[in-house]
Amino acid sequence: MSTASYTYAVARPFNPTQAAGLVGVDGAAIHLVRHQDLVAVVSPLAPADADETALRARLETLAELEVIARAHHRVVAAVAACTPTLPFRLATVHRTDDRVAQLLRREYRRFRETLDRLAGRVEVGVKIYVQHAGAYAGAMAAAEKTGGSGSARAGRDYLRNRREQRDRRQHAWRRATTAAEEMDAVLAELAVDRRQHRTQSAELSAAPGENVFNAAYLVDAGRAEELTARAQRLGAENPHVTLEITGPWPPYSFAGSEEGT
Amino acid sequence: MSPAAFPAREVALVDLLDRLLAGGIVLAGDITLAIADIDMVQISLRALITSLDRTTRSGAAERDQ
Repeated sequence: MSTASYTYAVARPFNPTQAAGLVGVDGAAIHLVRHQDLVAVVSPLAPADADETALRARLETLAELEVIARAHHRVVAAVAACTPTLPFRLATVHRTDDRVAQLLRREYRRFRETLDRLAGRVEVGVKIYVQHAGAYAGAMAAAEKTGGSGSARAGRDYLRNRREQRDRRQHAWRRATTAAEEMDAVLAELAVDRRQHRTQSAELSAAPGENVFNAAYLVDAGRAEELTARAQRLGAENPHVTLEITGPWPPYSFAGSEEGT
Repeated sequence: MSPAAFPAREVALVDLLDRLLAGGIVLAGDITLAIADIDMVQISLRALITSLDRTTRSGAAERDQ
């Protein structure tokens, strides 16, 4: 078996010295596959990983997934900092560079159009959280862990507390989602486009509270600060929610079709 | 020509996976993981949750003992 070609992005040609020393997955140096006025940013993938089963197994291991995701991002961010860039989905792998060149030829028009749409633009991520009074999650976890070992009275107290907390929680959640919709409308006005991601589960996020809204806004790079500042202000004005703003990011969330993901 | 510089600080993995598993242009490679997007998101996030869950559970168990 020979090496395969892992593609990070398609971009407008750029000065290769700007990517000198850039390494991708497994520390492999990146190179460019060119077709007319497009380049694919590629690195070789070791033969051992160059089949679906092996690659899938790696991606299903959290530590490996993280290493590959961060390598992918490092390359995309470095390229996107110097030229219009169309990021690829994680783990787009072809047998050879020739196959990547074929892809550039086949999808040339689509790549050009998408690059035109993304050129000079970045995405800003906005997540909105509701904070729940009381350690609801903590109480749940503690009770589930001790399940049955406590006295009957402790059980009744727990159930009552839990009902009250659930009611408060639902009220807070509704208020927060309404606030999120209003904030989204304001931010969408400042953006060229928006995409909504699924909300993040509390287990995955280091942020306190429950994520009720998770979106990305595509903006001209020069307006990213304005959108960020506006989002921060909206968050500061509303005592019932907490905002977390990420980015600017390369326009990952907008690389697909206009209809979005 | 520099349309954007991106923060050098490390991004949160969960935010990165939102983008790398649900974003990015989807193309049929020869090794077709990238187009199995829904699968990938579910598999990967399940792995992530299981792993984090295990970490928090074992942490809590130690505290209780």
